[in-house]
Amino acid sequence: MSAQEAVKEPSMLKQKEMIARNYDLLTSTRETGRKVASTFVPGNLNELLMCFGILNNLPEINAIQNGMRKLSGGYIMDAEKAGHSEDVCTYVKADIGLMSKGAIAPNGKPFSAPDVLLLSYTGCFTFMKWFELLREQYKCPTLMLHVPYEGDGKWTLNMRDYIVKQLKEEVIPMLEQVSGVKFDIDLLRQYLRNSAKAEDNLVWVLDQGKRTPSPIDAYFGGVYYIGPIFTAFRGTQDAVEYYEMLRKEIQERIDKGQGPLTPDGTDFANQKYRIVVEGPPNWTNFREFWKMFYDEGAVVVASSYTKVGGMYDYDGFRHDPEHPLESLAEYCLGCYTNRNLPTRIDVLQKYMEDFNADGLLINSIKSCNSFSAGQLMIMREIEKRTGKPGAFIETDLVDPRYFSAANVKNRLESYFQMIDQKRQGARVAAE
Amino acid sequence: MATTAEIVARCQDIFDDLDFTVARQWKAAVPGRKVVGFMPVYVPRELIHAAGMLPVGIFGGGDSLEVIHGDAYYQSYICRIPRSTIELGVTHRLDFVDGMLFPFVCDVIRNLSGIWKLMFPNVYTRFFDTPQNFRKDIGGKYYTHELQELRDGLENLAGRKITDDDLRRSIAAYNENRRVIRDVYKFRIDRPWQAPTSEVYLLMRAGMVLPVEEHTRMMRDYLAAAKAENRPMRDNTRIVITGSFCEQPPLNLIKSIEMSGCYVVDDDYMLVNRWLMEDVPLDGDPLERLSDAFLEHSVETACKYVDTEAKKGRFLVDSVRRARAEGVIFAAPSFCDPALLDRPMLQHRLAEAGIPYIAFKYAENSGQMQPIREQAGTFADSIKLWSEAS
Repeated sequence: MSAQEAVKEPSMLKQKEMIARNYDLLTSTRETGRKVASTFVPGNLNELLMCFGILNNLPEINAIQNGMRKLSGGYIMDAEKAGHSEDVCTYVKADIGLMSKGAIAPNGKPFSAPDVLLLSYTGCFTFMKWFELLREQYKCPTLMLHVPYEGDGKWTLNMRDYIVKQLKEEVIPMLEQVSGVKFDIDLLRQYLRNSAKAEDNLVWVLDQGKRTPSPIDAYFGGVYYIGPIFTAFRGTQDAVEYYEMLRKEIQERIDKGQGPLTPDGTDFANQKYRIVVEGPPNWTNFREFWKMFYDEGAVVVASSYTKVGGMYDYDGFRHDPEHPLESLAEYCLGCYTNRNLPTRIDVLQKYMEDFNADGLLINSIKSCNSFSAGQLMIMREIEKRTGKPGAFIETDLVDPRYFSAANVKNRLESYFQMIDQKRQGARVAAE
Repeated sequence: MATTAEIVARCQDIFDDLDFTVARQWKAAVPGRKVVGFMPVYVPRELIHAAGMLPVGIFGGGDSLEVIHGDAYYQSYICRIPRSTIELGVTHRLDFVDGMLFPFVCDVIRNLSGIWKLMFPNVYTRFFDTPQNFRKDIGGKYYTHELQELRDGLENLAGRKITDDDLRRSIAAYNENRRVIRDVYKFRIDRPWQAPTSEVYLLMRAGMVLPVEEHTRMMRDYLAAAKAENRPMRDNTRIVITGSFCEQPPLNLIKSIEMSGCYVVDDDYMLVNRWLMEDVPLDGDPLERLSDAFLEHSVETACKYVDTEAKKGRFLVDSVRRARAEGVIFAAPSFCDPALLDRPMLQHRLAEAGIPYIAFKYAENSGQMQPIREQAGTFADSIKLWSEAS
């Protein structure tokens, strides 16, 4: 193992193997004849696609992979040279750039062109344009599943029925047509049962951030925990096994009084600061970014990003095999960025209180308005409601030009000092 | 008869007045009147009107509003309209507004609806969703229900019922308004030197504040006056502006494009007033009729899904053909996701159709017009040169 390679726990190795297998499937459809759908993480209908034997390719995940492999910067610049604005989402541009370079998957083989684009429009405007751009490229059937935004902080029956009707009358018939497979609702129920099992264990894992020391890192570690359930594996037996394995690992850490494992392979038990993080991480400098936290003794006990592809803790949603299509609709409606800003603030406030956090850190992403627009209001409200300090840093998803390590580190160090000062002030006041 | 100069001067006064005095006066004239603000791009103003309330378009603060508080709510990489709108709110310029509607445009406007709920809890605030599925039995059913929810909310705010007949009267008033708007736009296509876009723009902006009936009369007066006047025809290039449907360009930018040698013969400023391209029928269920009009006869813009590749960009190409335009200027606000993400696809369609284009970005408070004038002027000249060569 090289000095730069992250230390892997068994669950991480399993996930790595699952992802590698999926990339092999996505790059071998000419041989296997399997069909491929491109779709998105929020509002991901993996169980439904599985009913038709359709593989799931997620452009955001490809962009993340290419961000972590230091390829996205070049792809983004290629897209900008081709006329895409410097102002828009870098996931989109990384994807467009990837296509322009032959759409090579992490396994070194070209991705198969999608047979269908399943645009699950959930919580992000950019998705709509992204799929119009992909449609222009691939000229394949495109399914738009419009998921209404929870503007009043809750979904209505009208919203749910609208989604179910789209599923019944447009999405399912088109998937039948593309795959040549007849829809079997009992098969969907079976997959949803698997989903619910995995979701129970994911919620248990994320809930352990309430412990001191926290046996998990709910942001940097959290992105691994959510990997299978947010991507091509929700509903699979693999995902069920992954979350059982992960739960056992976390339980062992609890039993030993350990914190999460850092990428350096050390046990992160000396936790000085407990932080809630809002917003996605930066992927181009992911490990460097993480190190800035554990070097300072900051552990992330809860995060909103781990709810972007499904929110299972806040109001207890689980996929329900007894109401399969309604359940898929409710899942889409409840994804984090599909909830209105007051609800997002309520969620973060609850995390601050339930996880006994010292503060809220917002990683504001330059090219993600869905998350970022309103985050300064979120910070003010959380500070007002909890009396705990907030901090604001700015990076980007996969554009390395917008990750300024010195600035971020400086800001984080100042923030942790601020938390210290607040604590001292509180102690003095109590004496 | 009023002259165009007199009508435009009144429109300019309304445009310059960030205290919305006209709307305040309307409200104060009769006790119990209420005002509902709305942001771009589309809300069915008929419902507000039918409740006896005044719909007022809130299109940001323009270039004359100093944004102090608003910048504290938004990062540098977010467009300007939400911050200037917050500035209008916190400086009490919108304290006469009883309700605010935030339509489906983009994530920034969507999230602003939540900020508004927190900052102004006594204002009726609603994110107004429109369908992205255009089947009558799916998107239409959903949308009709959303319209009913909006109707219920507005009834509560107004303290009175909105009957079907109220709605039909309002639909008729807006049908008439849209017809005259189409006349103005047609007149500008035919004789752009008689109806400069800097004037047409102000005329349309006045309609964001004035009661619809008064605005319709004003446009008729303008048309009559414009037809009666003789202005010199210049050898300008006919262009279509696209991408300016939400945050508005400063008036100086609109003037600069004209001064650089362009006649703007179509645009997408303030689409709310011509979103529905045909009359909404007055028979049957009025909400269903509004829904049908949205599904079947509404404009294509970047904040609306285009359901087939074949249709993508056709609306813009048709607009160029219909307006006999020679080129397109993509003028989008900085950081505008819908316009900027859509732009490459539209540019591909224009290139396929052999229609030249240029692109630039602006903010509502952009101050330096010389680069815009040079870019637009060069574009106009190049079209003229190519035309002569061909």
